[in-house]
Amino acid sequence: MAQLLAIIFREVLIFKRKFVKQIFSFMVSPLLFLITFGWGFGNEMNVDGVPYINFILPGIIAMASMRQSFALSSEINISRFYWKTFDEIQSAPISNISYTAGEVISGMLRGCLAAVVVMILALIFQIGISINGLFVASLLLNTFIFSSMAVITSMVVKTHAEQGMLNNFLITPMAFLCGTFFPIQHYPLWVGKLIFCLPLTHVSATVRAALLNQKFPYFSLLYMAVFGAVVFIVAVKVIRNAKN
Amino acid sequence: MIRIENLTKQFKKNKAVNNLSLHVKKQEIYGFLGPNGAGKTTTIKILSTLTFPTSGMVFIDKYNVLDNPLQAKKQIGVVHQTLNLDPELTGYENLLIHGLLFNMKIKDIKKNAAEFFEFVELKDVMGAVVKTYSGGMRRRLTIARALIHRPKVLIMDEPTAGLDAFARRKIWGLMKRIRDSGSTIFLTTHYIEEAQYLSDRVGILDKGGLIAEDSPEKLINNFGKIAVEIEGSDGLEVEFFQNRAEAVKFVSTIDKNATIRGANLEDVFIKLTGRRVK
Repeated sequence: MAQLLAIIFREVLIFKRKFVKQIFSFMVSPLLFLITFGWGFGNEMNVDGVPYINFILPGIIAMASMRQSFALSSEINISRFYWKTFDEIQSAPISNISYTAGEVISGMLRGCLAAVVVMILALIFQIGISINGLFVASLLLNTFIFSSMAVITSMVVKTHAEQGMLNNFLITPMAFLCGTFFPIQHYPLWVGKLIFCLPLTHVSATVRAALLNQKFPYFSLLYMAVFGAVVFIVAVKVIRNAKN
Repeated sequence: MIRIENLTKQFKKNKAVNNLSLHVKKQEIYGFLGPNGAGKTTTIKILSTLTFPTSGMVFIDKYNVLDNPLQAKKQIGVVHQTLNLDPELTGYENLLIHGLLFNMKIKDIKKNAAEFFEFVELKDVMGAVVKTYSGGMRRRLTIARALIHRPKVLIMDEPTAGLDAFARRKIWGLMKRIRDSGSTIFLTTHYIEEAQYLSDRVGILDKGGLIAEDSPEKLINNFGKIAVEIEGSDGLEVEFFQNRAEAVKFVSTIDKNATIRGANLEDVFIKLTGRRVK
């Protein structure tokens, strides 16, 4: 347990050193979306009977927390390729599961903090939100999935450039296409089925339903839990294989 | 304290380590030398459980690193070749994280940190962030970090690489004190004079296998205490002699510039491996 806490503590200490910079960087993208779609033309649009700004806020929360959880992969890569501290951690008597769990929890903290930043911005923009248990569960599962995926990708890539490519090909399309800005029912059927398989689609659906007090898609929550469990197990195996 | 038996590590068609066996005794400094690509780093990685061997066994104290890696890891401290510290954290925080990773209690970490910061002469800067440290200070911090959980074996992979002469000698002094306090040191270095000065025994590795092993004095004496350096077309060549009279007699028979001097471990190394350490 102390070892797992050591991994989290390390990430928290590093984060603390650049706290102000990080918080501002968490704000930039959500702030731009809120200005553009909120003040810009949000008041003139409705989606499924909901003002557009209220519709996209859950999507922005899902996207921001996903991006920041996944940003863990960059932090691990800096440790691996630049500071070489990953070797130091691997030399310590810490099990692969404890190391993975420690990193994943660190990523979850980052992701949840990003979500809190968006919610504070929502208050500033006077967008009403109601936080409940289902929202918290959705947020935790979202950050769990993408932190686990971050651990996997950070071990698979060989350079920083490859990490950047993964962000471009994996995270950016998901951020825009998975029901964050418009309902996936607008897609042609086969595209919709494809998008339905991606985890962020289910995060957007659960976060939106929880925050807008709509009928909650429990299947999506289950899908996220199963998806999260699978990627976490793969992450532990990938960490083990990093030794060869 | 360290027992390696028939260790082999194969990367596709290349055997980085080839049936290596050696035994490092308790409280000795064992210099592990070899030219580039000889298999030193791979052996170090297996010892510190950063990679798995293809076959063979490695024991740290009584623990097999394959069967019981977590227990084996508890017995070792590793000073990696790179200065792998968290630069955003303070010196103390780096040690704190390391201590927690080794399951130490915070009060023990604090106590040991105070002792080892004093030992490596960094007590005044333990609260400063590491990015403000010089190269020599960072190296000493990596040594303090490797020692904080009081390992029985210290694995040091080129611990003085990139340091100036003054900083290097400071590290040498630390290493002798660590050995004298009861620890065993497994050392790889590019500086042969460093291995000669520090090591109780030396193992010379070539093409993945051990080609010589003994104390530096015995290895030198086996070839000859006196070396004659001859300026050849392909650089300096060295011939060994058991005494100065034999060396003088030899020099009088050749028609080249030659220097007579005491033989050293580097002469032996080059003779055995046929190349210099790069």
